[in-house]
Amino acid sequence: MNRPNNKIMKHRFALGAFLFFCFAFPSQGVGFDAARRSMVDEVLSDAAETSSYSGSSALSPAVVAALEKVERHRFVPATLASVAYLNRPLPIGHGQTISQPFIVALMTDLMKVNKGDRVLEIGTGSGYQAAVLAEIAGAVYTIEIIEPLGKEAGERLKSLGYRNVETLVGDGYYGWPDAAPFDAIMVTAAASHVPPPLLKQLKPGGRMVVPLGTQFMTQYLMLIEKQQDGTLTTHQILPVRFVPLTGGH
Amino acid sequence: MLRPPFIAIGLLSACVLAYEVLLTRLFSIVLWHHFAYMIISAAMLGYGASGTLLTLLKKKIAPHFGTVYVMAAAALAVLMPAAFLLAQQVPFNPLELLWDKTQPAKLLAVYLLMMLPFFCGGLGIGLVMSHFGKQASRIYACDILGAGAGSLGVIGVLFLVPPRQVLAALTVLALLATAIAVIELKVRPKWLTELFIGLAVLAAVAMPGIQVQPSAYKDLSQAMNIAGAQMIEERSSPLGQITVVENTRVPLRHAPGMSLNATSEPPPQMGVYVDGDGPSALTRFDGHLAPLAYLDQLTSALPYHVLAAREQNPPRVLVLGAGAGSDVLQALYHRSAAIDAVELDRNISALVGQNFRGYAGNLYTQPGVHMYAAEARGFVNSSDKRYDLIQVALLDSFGTASAGLYGLSENYLYTVEALQAYLSRLAPGGMLAVTRWLTLPPRDALKLFATAVAALERSGVPNPSARLAMIRGWKTVTLLVKNSAFTAPEIAAIRKFSRMRSFDMAWYPGMSADEANHYNILAQPYFHEGAVALLSPQRQDFIDQYKFYIEPATDDRPHFFRFFKWNAAAEIFALREQGGMPLLDWSYPLLVATLLQAIAASVLLILAPLALSRCRRTLPGAPAALYFLAIGFAFMFMEIAFIQKFVLFLSHPLYAVAVVLCAFLVFAAAGSWLAGNWQNRLWKTGRWQAANKVTLAVIALGVLALLYLAILPSFFHSLIHLPDAAKIIISVALIAPLAICMGVPFPTGMMRLAGTNEQAIPWAWAINGFASVVGAVLATLLAIHLGFAAVILLAVLIYAVACAALRGFA
Repeated sequence: MNRPNNKIMKHRFALGAFLFFCFAFPSQGVGFDAARRSMVDEVLSDAAETSSYSGSSALSPAVVAALEKVERHRFVPATLASVAYLNRPLPIGHGQTISQPFIVALMTDLMKVNKGDRVLEIGTGSGYQAAVLAEIAGAVYTIEIIEPLGKEAGERLKSLGYRNVETLVGDGYYGWPDAAPFDAIMVTAAASHVPPPLLKQLKPGGRMVVPLGTQFMTQYLMLIEKQQDGTLTTHQILPVRFVPLTGGH
Repeated sequence: MLRPPFIAIGLLSACVLAYEVLLTRLFSIVLWHHFAYMIISAAMLGYGASGTLLTLLKKKIAPHFGTVYVMAAAALAVLMPAAFLLAQQVPFNPLELLWDKTQPAKLLAVYLLMMLPFFCGGLGIGLVMSHFGKQASRIYACDILGAGAGSLGVIGVLFLVPPRQVLAALTVLALLATAIAVIELKVRPKWLTELFIGLAVLAAVAMPGIQVQPSAYKDLSQAMNIAGAQMIEERSSPLGQITVVENTRVPLRHAPGMSLNATSEPPPQMGVYVDGDGPSALTRFDGHLAPLAYLDQLTSALPYHVLAAREQNPPRVLVLGAGAGSDVLQALYHRSAAIDAVELDRNISALVGQNFRGYAGNLYTQPGVHMYAAEARGFVNSSDKRYDLIQVALLDSFGTASAGLYGLSENYLYTVEALQAYLSRLAPGGMLAVTRWLTLPPRDALKLFATAVAALERSGVPNPSARLAMIRGWKTVTLLVKNSAFTAPEIAAIRKFSRMRSFDMAWYPGMSADEANHYNILAQPYFHEGAVALLSPQRQDFIDQYKFYIEPATDDRPHFFRFFKWNAAAEIFALREQGGMPLLDWSYPLLVATLLQAIAASVLLILAPLALSRCRRTLPGAPAALYFLAIGFAFMFMEIAFIQKFVLFLSHPLYAVAVVLCAFLVFAAAGSWLAGNWQNRLWKTGRWQAANKVTLAVIALGVLALLYLAILPSFFHSLIHLPDAAKIIISVALIAPLAICMGVPFPTGMMRLAGTNEQAIPWAWAINGFASVVGAVLATLLAIHLGFAAVILLAVLIYAVACAALRGFA
């Protein structure tokens, strides 16, 4: 007697699950919006706590608006869409990652991009950082060295309607001479040194941001400012509220 | 009358031990190299779990003994490659361990998969032992002989063929061992012999193509993702798998931390990767020095400018860790008179000296350049030459260093004793230069500085501050340690060099605070403040209050890359999502995770099945349980600590694992045999009690262990220059008496238990197995915190506790 009952229960459960997913699916967009807002809240609170350590005051409204707008879940593999708005880096294939949203916010903020600025990015990855920059800057030029990633990111940015982003698959070492000089440059692809041609393509008064570390872990950020006379000033920024001595503040 | 399968057992045992050593190589290639302790623990778990299964199913298995043995042996053959291939399919990524909650489960899956082959091996050996109980000593001899041959033999084989082919060879050998077992045990049907031989042939033909898939996050995998990358050379030895990558479309351009003021770029280069980590650059050299100008834009070029300020003859330079030759080129560029380059791995020096000799511009046959295939410490100890400059090359990759990948591994290049040895080889006015990657907040740099201060003090230098200088670029730090005080012109050279390249000064004698932190601006002048604190009388306070572990590394605690401190862990962990993740080197949490899973898995697989079976009624008394627990822990502590102790002497962790493991196995077995013999001869006379025998063995091993702790450092120091074969023989001779003593307690306790409470024997096995599994990991953890000497002392103490416990049930 037990068996048929069990079977019925199983069917019922399956039906319930099916209905749940039917109804849950259309609301997914709304779910992502809420998740994105809570991610931005988290990033804002992290940034507020870190501000005195990272050398930057609170995040600029333009950066916050860009984070609120760009749909991070469209830049991660479909299987990871449900965790796209966690404040953590995620794998995007080919041994590459999409950076932690907090780090993206901090790097973008450090670049002090204005409307109408020309920005170069070395290391497109999934295209998320380029999209965030494109929300603020006039034109974004981005180069990816890993062919499948670069192509995919190019198509993604295009389909999402980013008309002010130019993508290129190739070697970023020599920058993008045709579009140079740039107001800001971001070198997210790890390099043993900062390519001299990129420093040349930075406008006087321009800013370059280089994150250092490994996939999943950004150890510190390097901010290079080119003075009007062409000399360089470098800041090394620890993106965390931390002093190395006990009792230190 | 059925005879024990002596040949099959010897071969099976050889396969299992060879596999254990091979796995440490394979894991180095696939992930990173500190998984050795996990593999030892997984092997012990397999053996322990098989013991429990045998206890529970003994009666059911007995009638089908031959068939079950053949099945276990065949399963071993299949599982050796299969478990490894399946483990590769588990998306375990150590870098995500703290980000992704599913990673610990994936780590557990890898651990359990790696346990399976050892379970089968243990089952086979245990079956034969229990079935042919009366001939146990001869079976044991074959087992140990095979194990010894396997663990040493695989090292030899790894010189000839790459690890993936060794995996294939072991599968073939295990299948042949199964075929032999079919014959020896007269298992029906007879055609099984032909079947297994056929499978062996099939495996030999089909398997060498087996793929070892490195993690996508390893440097080599990243380089191969770039369009145009080509692997043009691959060489393998037990020291590492060397891969040379050329990319003519997107050249390598390796110039770590090059000054932002530099306008030159490196000439064409090939990337050299060791076990997928790197790269170090193999630079094209056409005899012209101008294209090498980039080498003068690195922080490591500083000592040449300081030497030039002396207006003496061109310097004589020793490069430790020559790798693919970058530091030799740098010395050439600065017109050194003589350059001695030391590289441990002949495969790497052969790339420059043979394979790509033309590309590298005959670098190692340039006038004044001499290449030595030797271990750095060994070379320095045995050489009587004097140098103006000793350069310790920066060979590890930035990624692995900054991710805390080496937190658990020992490194004998950067210890107080190492620095003292280097300083003793300097000519008057000479200097030692060490370059490290820059980490923030400073870790490597301050630890290195503290180590240098300690080395100078131990060498009797009254004022170390006058002999030290440290500069930092945006990515690298270079420390100079001179064997006399820096002169005014030399200090002027340091300042000029740094100013021209926008490098910051962290310390030079007489430096004022306002000279720090000008070019690469930090929130605080951490490096200068740290250097000043480390030279002040408050040094120890500073080290204690610093949130990273920067206590100088020593030969007893050679974990230079361990920066983890428990009292900062909570703060850092709380900050992990606020950008603090890189502050927590992940190798440490990984070790703790492995310890927890070792405890859980051994409780579940070894102890719980007994507790749930009829055996629960036969629990041994507390003294007996304590005894077998204690000797399990103590044995593992000794073994792991001695493996680590011999890493320096034998030049490489893999040699140490193979030689020490083999010696412990063989001579502990000899000790067991001796114990059994004494038992038979002396027991009858009534003169000897078990407890006395164990006490004698423990006193002997205690004395030996203490003696070794006292004499081994100087002993190693004077013999480290000997050829490998001699060093292996010496190592075995040193371990033999210790291992013989350590072989006594287990069989003696067992025999005692057999006389008093025979039903409790399975429990004794299980408890001992549990302690071995957990002990392997725990010993590593304790060594990091307390040092190897303390772990050895602890082992002696635990043996003493065991002695007391034995009196409770003897």
